[in-house]
Amino acid sequence: MDSSSSSSAAGLGSVDPQLQHFIKVETQKQRFQQLVHQMTELCWEKCMDKPGPKLDSRAEACFVNCVERFIDTSQFILNRLEQTQKSKPVFSESLSD
Amino acid sequence: MEGGFGSDFGSSGGGKLDPGLIMEQVKVQIAVANAQELLQRMTDKCFRKCIGKPGGSLDNSEQKCIAMCMDRYMDAWNTVSRAYNSRLQRERANM
Repeated sequence: MDSSSSSSAAGLGSVDPQLQHFIKVETQKQRFQQLVHQMTELCWEKCMDKPGPKLDSRAEACFVNCVERFIDTSQFILNRLEQTQKSKPVFSESLSD
Repeated sequence: MEGGFGSDFGSSGGGKLDPGLIMEQVKVQIAVANAQELLQRMTDKCFRKCIGKPGGSLDNSEQKCIAMCMDRYMDAWNTVSRAYNSRLQRERANM
């Protein structure tokens, strides 16, 4: 993501380093925000029954666990794919680009 | 969203780009995009929760449900944001 943004920016000629830094920071912030949107939607399905007058502690704990386990799942999958790729590559090169 | 910037995007005459102006406009665009994202997901979720059988009008109990659902969705969003943020902090500390 970072390499693509800098390579496409290079097409504009000399890019203001301040602007480059701004883009990098905003891209990271936006990735964070996007994942928050996604996890809120996902965990809402798992943790919300009927919306009450306030978010009760049970639901809140469920949301926190949901976020933690979602990230765990993502990391687990990434690690396992890495492991299986090392021992016996199942993906052809066409999939890796 | 298309063409929102117009042709005067970040330029202060003479075709020279003003980084400060670009950053300002990008920030506004990001805020708008995030608000739209939230609005769209919130509408979807609260419609599912509150509108069982779509009737002739949005009745009183449905409106109450939607209002409550909106507030809880915001709570959920903030809880998720905090949880994700603290996870990132923890992982950064462990590196």
